[in-house]
This record gives sequence, C-alpha cells and structure tokens, in this order.
Amino acid sequence: MGQKIRVVIAKPGLDGHDRGARVIARALRDAGMEVIYTGLRQTPEQIVAAALQEDADVIGLSILSGAHMHICPRIMALLQEKGLNDVLVVVGGIIPDVDIPKLGEIGVRGVFLPGTPMQEIVDFIRKNVRSRVESFE
Amino acid sequence: MKSATSAPEAAPASAPRGSLTTVSGRPIASVYTPADISSLDYERDLGDPGAFPYARGIHSGGYRDKLWTMRQFAGFGTPEETNARYKQLLAAGGTGLSVAFDLPTLMGRDPDHELSLGEVGKCGVNVTSLADMEALFDGIDLSAVTTSMTINSPAAMLLAMYLVVAEKQGVSWQTLSGTIQNDILKEFIAQKEYIYPPRPSMRLVTDVFAFCTQQVPKWNTISVSGYHIREAGATAAQELAFTLRDGIEYVQYGIDAGLRVDDFAPRISFFFNSHSDFFEEIAKYRAARRIWAHVMRDRFHAANPRSWQLRFHSQTAGVSLTAQQPYNNVVRTALQALAAVLGGTQSLHTNSLDEALALPTAETATLALRTQQVIAYETGVTALVDPLGGSYFVEKLTRDLEEEALTYFDAIDRMGGMVPAIERGYPQKEIAESAYRFQQAVEQRDRVIVGVNAFVEERQEAVGILYIDESVAQRQLARLEHVKATRDHDRVRSSLKRLQAAARAGENTMPVLLDAVRAYATIGEMCDALREVWGEYEETPVI
Repeated sequence: MGQKIRVVIAKPGLDGHDRGARVIARALRDAGMEVIYTGLRQTPEQIVAAALQEDADVIGLSILSGAHMHICPRIMALLQEKGLNDVLVVVGGIIPDVDIPKLGEIGVRGVFLPGTPMQEIVDFIRKNVRSRVESFE
Repeated sequence: MKSATSAPEAAPASAPRGSLTTVSGRPIASVYTPADISSLDYERDLGDPGAFPYARGIHSGGYRDKLWTMRQFAGFGTPEETNARYKQLLAAGGTGLSVAFDLPTLMGRDPDHELSLGEVGKCGVNVTSLADMEALFDGIDLSAVTTSMTINSPAAMLLAMYLVVAEKQGVSWQTLSGTIQNDILKEFIAQKEYIYPPRPSMRLVTDVFAFCTQQVPKWNTISVSGYHIREAGATAAQELAFTLRDGIEYVQYGIDAGLRVDDFAPRISFFFNSHSDFFEEIAKYRAARRIWAHVMRDRFHAANPRSWQLRFHSQTAGVSLTAQQPYNNVVRTALQALAAVLGGTQSLHTNSLDEALALPTAETATLALRTQQVIAYETGVTALVDPLGGSYFVEKLTRDLEEEALTYFDAIDRMGGMVPAIERGYPQKEIAESAYRFQQAVEQRDRVIVGVNAFVEERQEAVGILYIDESVAQRQLARLEHVKATRDHDRVRSSLKRLQAAARAGENTMPVLLDAVRAYATIGEMCDALREVWGEYEETPVI
C-alpha cells in the first residue's frame, strides 16, 4: 500500500459557487486520498503556500468565473518559483475550448468541464500524480 | 478503465432505476388514485385561482389576462456592451430587463482591487460608480421598462445608483418599477457571495424595505431566492423549505425593525429554480403559494390579501446544462420552462445552450427567448389556469412537498430562526449532503444524464462562444480613473463618513448612500466604509 495522495482543492478568485469543489473534495477523499480544502477566495499566493505547507502532490482548482487565464499562469509561475514543479495541477469548471490548449502549454495537466464523471478525475490523478507516491491498482 | 467521454456506452435498455424516484430522490408510484388525495378539500386546500390559499394561482384569469414577463438575465463586459444587448432583447420582444453583474460588483470591490484580477466584466457587467450605471441605461426610458437587478451584499448601493439614474432621467421614484434581489440569507446558505456577517447584512436588507416602502412604493424590495439553493445541490423540498423559511426571517426582521407587515409584505417576491423533474417542479410552485398564504395570514396576521399572495420569477436549471452535446440543453430548457409556466410563474428566464461553456452569445440568448415565445404562443397552455390541478399525482406531490417543508420549518424554528441556523451551518450541511448523493447517483448511473453517462458520443464540434477580452478591464479602469479625477473629493469623503455614522447609529443607510452615489463614490469605497464598521464574514471551510 502506497502513501496517500495529498490533494489541495482550492477556489481562487471572487466566485463563491463551491458545489463542484466540495463534491470533488469528498469524492477524492472517498477514493482514499488526503484532501485539504482551502475554502473560498484564495489568492494564488495563498494556494501555493497551502500546497507547500501540506506537501501536496496535486492542486485542484475550481474556477467558474472566467478568470482562469489570469489565475492559472500566476499559480504556475509561483509553483516554479518555489520549486514545486512536480505538483500535478488540474482545473475544473467553466473553461472555453480555446483556453484548454493554452492551459496545457503553461503546465496545467488536466481540465475537467461540467458533467465530468468523478471517477474519471480520480483515475486521471492516480495515473498522472508524481511517482514518489505509489499509485493504486 | 475507459473514459466515459471517449467511448460510447450502451444505452439503458429499460427505464433506469432512477426514474422510479424524482430527481430529488422522492419515490414515485406507478399510478395515483383518489385514495392518494382523499383528505383534499377543494375550498380549504386549493381554492379557485385568485382565492386563498392560492394553490392554483394568484390571479383568476391566469395568462389569459397577462402573460408572464419574459425576463432574460444578461450582463457582460462594459456597461456599453450590455446596454447594446438590452436594446437587442427589447427589440426582439423581451418585456423586462434583468441585470447580471460581474463578481467585483457583487463582492463590492473596485476593478483595481487585487481580488478583481481577471474577473472584471467576466460573468456579468461591471458597475463601479454612477457613471457606469448611467452608461448601462443610456437611451432606455426607466419609466417604460421594469428592471430586475441580481445583487445582494451591495444591493442597497446598486439600488441607490439606479434611483439616481431615474432621478437624472426625470422619472419619479413613485412610478419606478422593478426588483432588487437583496437576499443575503441564500448567499450564506448557497451562493457564498457575502461581505458582512449575517446580522449587519440583515440591517441593510431592512433599510431597503423601509426606504422603498416610503419612497419607491412599486419597487419589489427583495426576491427571496431558492434558485441558488437548488443549484448548490438542494432537493426540491429543501429549495422550497429554505427559501420560504428565509422569507419568514425577512418578514420577522422587517417587523422587528418597526415596519407594519402589510406595508412591506406585498413587495416581497420569490425566485425559484425550474429543474428537470417536470411534475415535482409544478407541485413545488403550487405548494409554495399555499404555504406562503398560510404563513402570512396565520403566522404574521397580515390582513391585505396581497401580502398572502406569493409571486415568483423562475429560471431554468443552469446546473442541468451539460458541456457535452450542448444542443441537448435547448430541449432541457424548453421542458423546464414549460414546468414553470404550468406552475404559474410571473416571470421567466430561459438559459442558453452554451452556458456550461461560457456566457451566452447574442444568437443563443435569442433562441432562449424564442423558446419562451413558442410555449406562450404555440402550445395552448396559456388558455387556462393551473391545468394540472386535480391530478391525483400532482395534488399528492404538492401535499408531500408542503409537509416536508413544514418539517424543516419546525427544525429551523427550534434553532431560533434562519440566522442562527445558518450560523451553525445547518442548511449548508443539508444541501452538501444532497449534492453528494445526487453526484453518486449519476456516477452509479442510477440517474441518467443524456450525453453524459448514457448515449455518449465523441466530443462534438464546439459551439461558438462569447469571449470576454481583456480590454474590458482596461476600459473600466480608465473610466474609474476618469471618475476619480473629475469628482468633488470632499463631497465623497464626507458622504462616506456620514455613511459610517449612520451605520453605527442604527439609522437607515439609504439616504446617505444616495448622497454618496450622487458624489460618484465607488462601490468599493462604499462597501469598504461599511467593512470598517461591521467587519467581514468568513466561512469555515468544511467538506
């Protein structure tokens, strides 16, 4: 049995719609991961600090407001700065198609749109999380 | 394991297990009979349309006398862009305006605040000062339209801006008609766009009640909203219960603030979700009217029948829209809209097919409006009132939903009301449980969502979407700079000081807010002035 995968789920920006963030946090926890939910209105600095402090393997960002092209580059830059290059970053929310490749270019590994089955996200994280964590199955 | 979005899955061969319960998880029998409604008394429990307890409707003539208002919620980018969309919707036959504000406005922040980064004009229009409100309604006669404004924590500030625009157009406040959402309780419960703690927030709400009762008598001072509660994951019964219990809290606070119930209760309106479970939604609206009539007459002793009559706006369920196969959303929305109409809605917003991806384009917003027009003019459902009244099933559902809501009322009353219930996280927890249960049912395919967990296809060609570019933020920052350079600073400063003094003294904040708006104080400045007095609310994050 490997170490538990540690996930920080965060809601950056001003938006308060947290149904998705809370449901996925619970689903990941039920799938055996260690989940830390930051709560609402976190700045990129706060999110990266939480990832550092919690020794996170994964950061899951929930963004529905359209601010993703501002928030994600900032978070990726801060992760670089802190040497957290191997943290898996995934985004869920309302993301226009044209932005998905742009998010990929800056290092966001997974983008999940409304209606994505939770199991798909669980599987994606297990498959792509950094290797020091033994993946299940 | 194969991914559900990349491989077609077999369609369920027969009705899936989930179809034996409503979308809220309520078990449904295969047939209903007179035995299910044996205790129903027509006069006592239903009444003719227009008669107490209004289960069948608040107007005797229904849509024969007046169609519902087709009120499409819209707002994006700069005030100028949204103004153009309003003129287009009015020209296409829309009959009311409904303003969607962006997150900086909803949260009482100026565009130059650090948390506004990337949010300006994105999910609504940015309104920072009176200059923006003037541009938003430029060329639109406020005496000829009714306007609904979806704004909560800073509702009093935005209402003040609208009133000053009317003043400048020469439109009397006595004749001005519209609605301000002004429902802070559901922000704590569901949407989480709060600024101040619950109790001072309730102060602002009752300030609007008191001011409008005197000065803007035709204005709907609150739209008590279940929409967001449902979107956050509540069942139909929870939406019904928490929304109406919020309504009770507002009436009680109004009375405690010294208002006479019949002076302000007729201006309270409601806002419900219209979700996918067709009959359950229709029953929900009927139950809502019956519960509210009894609450107002029996609990608050209101004497004016208008205080007893629950009027509501409805919106189709945003949460039911899927990014997969987006054209399916047109069909979902049409059926949800039909449920709202059969339930007797006073006004309706239909969502656009692309809203799981972005804000709607002009074309998809027009199609959403056309959906309402087809229902109104082609289906024949407007010819009579409450066409499903008397159905064994619908009457039983109406009664069951009512009983479930009343059970929640008892629980919340025992906690001392909705404000204490929110402070201990009660409705929040109930909703989170329901949201998780629903998601599990979808995962296990107990509940089928077409195109998501059944009848799946390779991702289709993308629909054209509305993209808000970064020039919006720059233009709004430029206007803010211009406003700050040209206004009378002493007048702004003194009005903000008087606002703080009024807040501390427990005086009505509306008159000083109007002065601050006239001086072109910004939303961030007005909200910060009150943040200094009241502090900010922070929720403990729990999963």
